[in-house]
Amino acid sequence: MRYLPKSPSERQQMLAAIGAKSIEELFASIPPAYRLKQPLKLPGPYSEAEIIEYFRARAAENSVGYTSFLGAGVYNHLRSVVTDAIIQRGEFLTSYTPYQAEISQGTLQAIFEFQTLMCQLTGQEVANASMYDGSTAMTEAVLMAERLTGRHRVVVARSVHPEYRQVLETYARNSGMEVVETGFAPSGQVDVETLRAAVNAETAAVVVQSPNFFGVLEQAPQLAEIAHGKEALLIVTITEAVSLGAARPPAEADIVAMEGQSLGLPPSYGGPFVGVMATQEKFVRQMPGRLAGQTTDTAGRRGFVLTLATREQHIRREKATSNICTNQALCALAATVHMCLLGKEGLKEMAQQNLAKARFAAAELAKIPGVKPVFSGATFNEFAVELPRSVRMVNQELLKEKIIGPLPLGTFYPELTKCGLVCVTETTTRAEIERLAGAMKKVLEKPL
Amino acid sequence: MDKKIKKAGRHVSQSEGLIFEKSAPGKRGFELPPCDVPAVDAKQALGVQARDGIQGFPEVSEIEVIRHFTRLSTWNYAIDLGMYPLGSCTMKYNPRVNEFVARLEGIATEHPYQPVELSQGCLKILKLLEECLLEITGMDAITLEPAAGAQGEMTGLLLIRAYLKSRGGARKLVLIPDSAHGTNPATAVIAGYDVQNIRSDARGQIDVAQLRSLMTPDVAALMVTNPSTLGVFEQNIAEVAEILHANGSLLYMDGANMNALAGVTRPGDFGVDVMHLNLHKTFSTPHGGGGPGAGPVAVKKFLEPFLPVPVLTQKADGTLALDANRPKSIGRVKAFCGNFGVLVRALAYALAYGPGMRQASEDAVLNANYIRKKLEDVYELPYKLPCMHEVVFSDSRQKKNGVSTMDIAKRLIDYGFHPYTTAFPLIVHGALMIEPTESESKEECDQFIDSMRAIAEEAATTPELVKTAPHSTRVGRLDEVAAARKPILRWKP
Repeated sequence: MRYLPKSPSERQQMLAAIGAKSIEELFASIPPAYRLKQPLKLPGPYSEAEIIEYFRARAAENSVGYTSFLGAGVYNHLRSVVTDAIIQRGEFLTSYTPYQAEISQGTLQAIFEFQTLMCQLTGQEVANASMYDGSTAMTEAVLMAERLTGRHRVVVARSVHPEYRQVLETYARNSGMEVVETGFAPSGQVDVETLRAAVNAETAAVVVQSPNFFGVLEQAPQLAEIAHGKEALLIVTITEAVSLGAARPPAEADIVAMEGQSLGLPPSYGGPFVGVMATQEKFVRQMPGRLAGQTTDTAGRRGFVLTLATREQHIRREKATSNICTNQALCALAATVHMCLLGKEGLKEMAQQNLAKARFAAAELAKIPGVKPVFSGATFNEFAVELPRSVRMVNQELLKEKIIGPLPLGTFYPELTKCGLVCVTETTTRAEIERLAGAMKKVLEKPL
Repeated sequence: MDKKIKKAGRHVSQSEGLIFEKSAPGKRGFELPPCDVPAVDAKQALGVQARDGIQGFPEVSEIEVIRHFTRLSTWNYAIDLGMYPLGSCTMKYNPRVNEFVARLEGIATEHPYQPVELSQGCLKILKLLEECLLEITGMDAITLEPAAGAQGEMTGLLLIRAYLKSRGGARKLVLIPDSAHGTNPATAVIAGYDVQNIRSDARGQIDVAQLRSLMTPDVAALMVTNPSTLGVFEQNIAEVAEILHANGSLLYMDGANMNALAGVTRPGDFGVDVMHLNLHKTFSTPHGGGGPGAGPVAVKKFLEPFLPVPVLTQKADGTLALDANRPKSIGRVKAFCGNFGVLVRALAYALAYGPGMRQASEDAVLNANYIRKKLEDVYELPYKLPCMHEVVFSDSRQKKNGVSTMDIAKRLIDYGFHPYTTAFPLIVHGALMIEPTESESKEECDQFIDSMRAIAEEAATTPELVKTAPHSTRVGRLDEVAAARKPILRWKP
């Protein structure tokens, strides 16, 4: 087997050194009744070429050749080949969590840079080394708010990603947390008056998303005022991080829980991505996850270590702030490299292109008789449209044109059955947008 | 440099500041194609919501980015450089073909909300991985959704909770041996349980008599790592399962150490009800400096209705689908379909071995026993039962000269190795926890053994040399106390 670096004779020499007659002897502590008598029934063994052939065949059964207008928490953005070249360096790819700081300075400094970039992006003061993804970052942010306020009621906007809310629900169900959902206004933004009424003296946090699931930007200052009025925290979750290149960050939020997939990670059928958690300095000791901090060595040279570990499970065990251990370090590195490449101007330009293309697409679709925008609030690169027919039916027709159409919002919102969510990024060309508009017009003109 | 140090030599490494310190206005490392639609003024479009550039964001060229991160990378140790014997972490070779296939067009490019008829390739990958993991574990059903081991543990305990609740009551307590990984108790609390720690017996095994005495109607489950963190198989595991089951309690197995068992024995056969696997350990997906991982949870049939949504199903026509309509489900533990890219890599690993996976377990156990045999005369072995994939020594002999496990670990760096796991498990005072994995050749094991023996000698003759190690790294021991007292967690201009 090509991954195993031993010859049969070396195995024998090692057994002899141990004083064992056979390898079986080394497994003597397993009761015989439970030892497998025959090999596992697994496909393989496959050579490298066969493995590649297997996955190429599976790839061909997916959506290659289709133009997609899907976003909803997972976005197609340009990525430089440099990012993958860097993260595939063995020194990054095949190293462990940097507990041994002297031989992990590369990873530690990269985490420190990631933390800095995430603070700059989100307008917060501190960020951790990463969470699993946006959905679990948001849930951990709520748990953190419970610890900080000693309260156990959380008000969540229905315009927060539905799957994120489902994850929160799973964690909440067994912890005595009460989750209250609050609706949206015709603008697509959180309905401010309903929210104000829902927040009370038992509320630990108000959770909103911006841009929200409908692509509409929320007004963080106003929402913070409502939350803070009852001494609750404001948690802002962000699924489209590129929006922060054009939209002001939720600096008024107490905790920002973000999905960083847009920052250099491929869609990869939903993961692995990178959860970002950022907050204010005064809250750092209740923050979950790993943190890299700057310090000096015995000779006074700058170096980095994992720090404030007394919050974490390997020290605190059942009293830890979270059970998180392995996080998404390599994905965070990819985001760091990608952010450095894009830089100040690149990120701004990318965000502006998203804005421009989404505006163009919205205008093109609005020209189709019967197609209307659903919400009036300002959007970034996603927007909801109402169609005169079922989104699912229209999408079935679009597939014949090799177009993956808008996400049917009815899946998550019964009141929006005729609405679809369209996402357009800098990777979408004008020709593709025009093709979508043309195909949709044709479908809707066809008699039922 | 000491002539005993054979594996490593001195090497010039490049100095490098923070990326922010290289930044200068007007530089850029990425260019976009021109915008092919009319430009939109962000200020006009977003009004008060608009942002004008990000303060302090780096401005650097492509070559500077390449050099910056390449230089940083050279400051890391890695499996690709040599043995990385971190006990409990299973730092094995990460096959490069796994990286290649995870990046294929049609794999990396797929969107979780694309129509199911255009996702059959992704779903077939998930299905085959499920089948492989069930065969390896001997369990009946599985979810691939959890993002890492700790989330797998939580999922497993929520399954237990939901099941017990459906039978009348969720119960209150989860029993956890004192040898367990810290995630176990932290997870139990998140799942809404109180933790009762149980003592290991004199041999480091679960104390069966004590376990029996703890059986009350409050006990929901026992979380056990098998082989234990001492690297020892729990010989009474089947009896432990019987005791729990007779009490209506469940047996949870932390599969962190599955690398000793794959192809040798199956948890499903010895009474385990629910377990998680760490695909970034046993199934070779790269640790990447601390993730991403994947923590699938395998269960017995009676727990299947409670699995997190969505569940992979096969329709009558043979096509695959994701079913989110499962009334008894514990819900969703993560958005979308798990860490798919990690799952792809794990399947590539399983396919490379196929039925021959047992050989990997055998070699892992062979390496650990070989190292144990060659070091047991110079390092104290507190628990003497036969070990499997890892061996745990203590620093009690070296401690007499003031040399601790951490000092030995730091000195090992000078010899060209990554340290073993220090100070864990908690039941061994001053532990040296060594897990070589199957990826080490006899030559690499021999070099490690020689190094450890040389350090034992240094600890006896020149303890200061060991206590002040490492002597060969870019930075010396770092001031962790200062880092925690006045945390600097980001760069500021």
